[in-house]
Amino acid sequence: MTVNKIWVIVDRQGDKIAPLSLELLTKARSLGGTVEGVTWGDADAIAAEVGSYGATTLHNVGDLAGGLPGPAVAAALAAAIGAGNAPDAILVPHNYDGRDIAARLSVKIDRPVLTNVVGLEEAGDGLVTEHAIFGGTEVLKARFTGEGPGIYVVRTKSFAAEAGDGGPATVSALEVPDLGATGGAKITDRHVEESEGPKLDEAPVVVSGGRGLGEADKYSMIEDLAKLLKGAAGASRAIVDAGWVPYSHQVGQTGKTVKPTVYIAAGISGATQHMVGMKNSKNIVAINKDQEAPIFSIADLGIVGDVHKVLPKLIEALKARS
Amino acid sequence: MNVVVCVKQIPDPANPGKLTSETHTIVRDGKLILDDSDAYGVEMALQLVDAAGGGEVTLVSMAPHSETSGLRTALAMGAAKAILVSDDALAGSDALSTAKVLAAAIKRAEPDLVIAATESTDGYTGTTPVQVAEVLGWPSISFAKKVAVADGTVKVDRQTETGYDSVEVSLPALVTVTAGVVEPRYPSFKGIMAAKGKPVEELKVTDLGLEPGQVGAAGARQEVVSVEPAEARKAGEIVVDEGDGYEKIVAFLEQIKVI
Ligand SMILES: Cc1cc2nc3c(=O)[nH]c(=O)nc-3n(C[C@H](O)[C@H](O)[C@H](O)COP(=O)(O)OP(=O)(O)OC[C@H]3O[C@@H](n4cnc5c(N)ncnc54)[C@H](O)[C@@H]3O)c2cc1C
Ligand SMILES: Nc1ncnc2c1ncn2[C@@H]1O[C@H](COP(=O)(O)O)[C@@H](O)[C@H]1O
Repeated sequence: MTVNKIWVIVDRQGDKIAPLSLELLTKARSLGGTVEGVTWGDADAIAAEVGSYGATTLHNVGDLAGGLPGPAVAAALAAAIGAGNAPDAILVPHNYDGRDIAARLSVKIDRPVLTNVVGLEEAGDGLVTEHAIFGGTEVLKARFTGEGPGIYVVRTKSFAAEAGDGGPATVSALEVPDLGATGGAKITDRHVEESEGPKLDEAPVVVSGGRGLGEADKYSMIEDLAKLLKGAAGASRAIVDAGWVPYSHQVGQTGKTVKPTVYIAAGISGATQHMVGMKNSKNIVAINKDQEAPIFSIADLGIVGDVHKVLPKLIEALKARS
Repeated sequence: MNVVVCVKQIPDPANPGKLTSETHTIVRDGKLILDDSDAYGVEMALQLVDAAGGGEVTLVSMAPHSETSGLRTALAMGAAKAILVSDDALAGSDALSTAKVLAAAIKRAEPDLVIAATESTDGYTGTTPVQVAEVLGWPSISFAKKVAVADGTVKVDRQTETGYDSVEVSLPALVTVTAGVVEPRYPSFKGIMAAKGKPVEELKVTDLGLEPGQVGAAGARQEVVSVEPAEARKAGEIVVDEGDGYEKIVAFLEQIKVI
């Protein structure tokens, strides 16, 4: 299987293209062959940007009329594949709708999915994926066998996004077959939680708190420190599950993947599921009162101490400088 | 209302996992336990059946060696019965094969609603449940942080990047739940005793009308190329705070030019 044609699922965040989809387009472009985007909603608005990232065509599933993207996009792609337009690879963002699309498409074309992909290279006769396993201590490489397109669900920050110099992509309507019962779910309302400051997965500095903070109120120390460093505030899943902070702050396997210049972990033990989301940060600082905490094994600077003593002094010192 | 919960039985995550050197599949010797991620689904299902004022919760699991330890935990929480698919032919199954098997088993229970976790602890492909829905030809709502059923409609708060969407669909449907959707109960002593007598129907691949060649390693169309240690981070400086820990952090941030 050489890679002649790649489809990239182009997801949105508000009016913008989701950063992860730009990462995927960049990677697809570097693999050679033709790159085509697949999107829904208003495709014209993003055709120029998708084109600059290397896609020649932008297939548009169109208005979803309140439906979820999963069933409609998967059915439209399966129909196109059935009509003889199969690509060699389909790159899907590892996010809510991406996983739905990949799962449904997988059944429709009877091909398995490779998920949690963090690396992708051409290796002579096709693509080889990389997956971080056991908290990122080991790298597993895998590939598809047999005939048919490979479906790759790729995690954020696996590749850098870089615009190229391509002209606008040609928008082409993609017909959605009758979805029957599978298309039944409808969005009746959207709730957006406003957040200030840089986004967690884009911030150069991330300060995260864990159960070691002791109680919900103490999370304000994390927010203060993040603000002083012009960064974003993150969290371990333990305190998200406890309801101290919203899920959007969660770093790790089931949360965000971050790669800031510096990651400061306060009162976080360093479970494998947390580390896999932050261990590729350029610098890591950890504060934990337990000398044996696993987080210290990946820290560039580890402070064995009480967050309630270290953080207030750190915040004071930074305030004094600004 | 009848609800099926897909429950995965996994090696204890407290013991670091291992891959077999030949096939690179996860070693599943020893006793398996109920995946924590699925305890939320079991609790959710019990609460929904309660609220509906009738019906029962059936567990569906695919696991090696006729494993029932994890199922007993979920039965002790209050599920009525279980269907276990266990067959040597299933070793090495990928998520798609697993979904075909689970879907075939689910059909036998004729549920109104199927609940699964957004992702499992050991495999975390996160695709199995929606693949099950597609095999069944059903709608699905993934990433539920709140679930309610009324008048044959399931209403879900579905997590999004920036908050949540209210999404609804007529039954039958499949929903995947996140951790934190409900607080799973601990099995009571009475529950544990009662679980011992609850029915667990064990099935083979052929009982489900599937061909052994379609599932397990025989049906897998992906392969592991290699497993290697990741590049290790070089060890850093670990210091005990003597009241000056914050100064070390300030100095470090200066050194890397963050401040
Ligand atoms: C399927 C699955 C997915 C998961 N996904 C994620 C994920 O995406 N992200 C994630 O974070 N977790 C995830 N987890 C959970 C993960 O396994 C851990 O339970 C979690 O990360 C622990 O959070 P924590 O470090 O805050 O809490 P704990 O493990 O309880 O650690 C608290 C730490 O604080 C220290 N401490 C206590 N008091 C103080 C003090 N006063 N000063 C300084 N230090 C103190 C303690 O020494 C301890 O090391 C997942 C788990 C599963 C099963
Ligand atoms: N072998 C299995 N038996 C029962 N349920 C499963 C199995 N594999 C996956 N599931 C369900 O699908 C969810 C997601 O699993 P995964 O796709 O492995 O991340 C699990 O939490 C279960 O609810």
